[in-house]
Amino acid sequence: MRDLAYGLVRVLDDEGNAVGPWNPRLSPDVLRRMLRAMALTRAFDDRMFRAQRQGKTSFYMKSLGEEAVSIGAAFALQRDDMCFPSYRQQGILIARDWDLVDMMNQIYSNKGDRLKGRQLPIMYSAKDASFFSISGNLTTQVPQAVGWAMASAARGDTRIAASWCGEGSTAEGDFHAALTFATVYRAPVVLNVVNNQWAISSFAGFAGAESTTFAARAVGYGIAGLRIDGNDALAVYAATAWAAERARTNHGPTLIEHFTYRAEGHSTSDDPSAYRSSEERSKWPLGDPVARLKAHLIAIGEWDEARHAAQDLELAEQVKAAAKAAEKNGILGHGMHQPFATMFEDVFEDMPWHLKEQSAQMMSERMRKWPKPGEGPR
Amino acid sequence: MPDAPATNMNMIEAINEALDLMLARDPDVVIFGEDVGYFGGVFRATAGLQRKYGKNRVFDTPINECGIIGAAVGMGAYGLRPVPEIQFADYIYPGLDQLVSEAARLRYRSAGDFIAPITVRSPFGGGIFGGQTHSQSPEAMFTHVAGLKTVIPSTPHDAKGLLIAAIEDNDPVIFFEPKRIYNGPFTGYYDRPAEPWARHPDSAVPEGYYSIPLGKARIVREGEALTVLTYGTMVHVASAVIADKGIDAEIIDLRTLVPLDIEAIEQSVRKTGRCMIVHEATRTSGFGAELSALVQERCFYHLEAPIERVTGFDTPYPHSLEWAYFPGPVRIGEAIDRLLEGN
Repeated sequence: MRDLAYGLVRVLDDEGNAVGPWNPRLSPDVLRRMLRAMALTRAFDDRMFRAQRQGKTSFYMKSLGEEAVSIGAAFALQRDDMCFPSYRQQGILIARDWDLVDMMNQIYSNKGDRLKGRQLPIMYSAKDASFFSISGNLTTQVPQAVGWAMASAARGDTRIAASWCGEGSTAEGDFHAALTFATVYRAPVVLNVVNNQWAISSFAGFAGAESTTFAARAVGYGIAGLRIDGNDALAVYAATAWAAERARTNHGPTLIEHFTYRAEGHSTSDDPSAYRSSEERSKWPLGDPVARLKAHLIAIGEWDEARHAAQDLELAEQVKAAAKAAEKNGILGHGMHQPFATMFEDVFEDMPWHLKEQSAQMMSERMRKWPKPGEGPR
Repeated sequence: MPDAPATNMNMIEAINEALDLMLARDPDVVIFGEDVGYFGGVFRATAGLQRKYGKNRVFDTPINECGIIGAAVGMGAYGLRPVPEIQFADYIYPGLDQLVSEAARLRYRSAGDFIAPITVRSPFGGGIFGGQTHSQSPEAMFTHVAGLKTVIPSTPHDAKGLLIAAIEDNDPVIFFEPKRIYNGPFTGYYDRPAEPWARHPDSAVPEGYYSIPLGKARIVREGEALTVLTYGTMVHVASAVIADKGIDAEIIDLRTLVPLDIEAIEQSVRKTGRCMIVHEATRTSGFGAELSALVQERCFYHLEAPIERVTGFDTPYPHSLEWAYFPGPVRIGEAIDRLLEGN
């Protein structure tokens, strides 16, 4: 068992064959749906990255190269298993068929944004998709996932929790807290570490990667640890299904290190050429997760280049249509924001006097800042 | 309330009863923290509760405040109503990110998708020879955070009613328990014999359920000469000094710092024209600074004298020099004299 924390679980070999004991033997239909969700995530990322560059929003984060990590897991979990994601797991929402327009409304912070324009783009919250509100403070969600799982177990609920954090933020104290609580209470939780090699500009060595693996963190806590090929959707599926089954049958938590590669910058706010070689991505030995799953489907005679190209076109159109629909609700900084008074809602369930006073102050400032009706901040 | 029979209790017993009652009333309430389960808490606030409600409802945790509060946030998201204990307020800092960045903002950032109906109980304050790591009063760190409520009881009666209200509240509440008055209403005269709660009228705790709304102050004593704004242990210290000096002061026990009962403050200061603020916490950026600013902004033309702030000094809480540090009768008395000078 311990070897699994130091090895690398793979299913798809370099020729696109599904091999070995971890092969989840998924039906071609499921494989095609996974491929579609991964390709849709990529198309979505592509469009939203460009939207940021076009000035339609302030910020975006792509998951290029890491699509299998979210989507393989989402397919292996039940839809009502509670996910506590980090900021690069948009694939979970997409795999759970969440409305793209709703996601884009959030990215544009527009009047259709359920989160009332309060959160940085991509910090989604979707309780109906069992997707917890994303925080910009790293790794806080990991002990929260453990707490959620403890509650579920105490209630005899069959739902489990899963969390994701980056390899860089395993250095946070919250990670240690989470693993301690997870092992002490045998919490039904899957703790994912997405080792994409880079924490903004710092390579994984600054989180300890030169000394051991991140999966090996599990060993000291008496938790099952798996290090897997995170660019292999079938390995992610199989490892998650295994960990979920363990959790659901009260065998405790599992830590999964997804060995992957962040193919783009950290976000729209950084230029990776300032800290890493531009050739690195093409030299990455584990390949492109979409291309690998596609090659597998082609190898088993269940897919072909023409269908793939047609699907890419179709998904690009789907994303484009969603973006148009979302842009009807406004883009950041073009006036179609949430009503002013919403700024003071939801600080508390009931608004105390000091917020009512401040709200009145803001409204009177508004009359001086933008005296004409319908005007608002640009 | 007047009809319910009452029992004389100390503050620990009143807190224990509130927890017991809420565990019985609401199956979503869970209580956990360091030593709170089997042992019943280092101050005995949770004594007997694990045996009565089982380990799924009342349990011990690892020594990790980040984990305690983080798990509470997750449990709250699940639908439970967690009541974690932080053993001493001095230990709360490892859990601060989970409180400040997570619990406090969850409702706002998710627009109500998720909430954090958590009550964090924690003994705070000094006067027990606890040294710098068992004596702090960090309430102002929490009142500064949007989305947190801060509650501080000063009597067994209020401790029960306020704790019940805090647990029922759907927002995160920091419930600081003044540990110096767990067993008796300390007057600040450390050299006098300790008083038990039994002789104090507010130790009469009604049986059964009652709650005291958050955001409502209590007029401890009505008066005309000056207004005292205070909370926690210092309610009793200020009351004793006022009694000793024979001054007709109006003493307001704020009970909740956020949301604050601004009406009670304004009404009183407008009546008396003089205001003294008393807290044990360090002075600079203490909650007294906020109170002083509010009184100045809202009651300036009613003031007959500069507002007085009586606080702990801006040093860590000293061990051997505790009574030199503590804002006791002498410091309060001098402030009163200044306030009434030339009256």
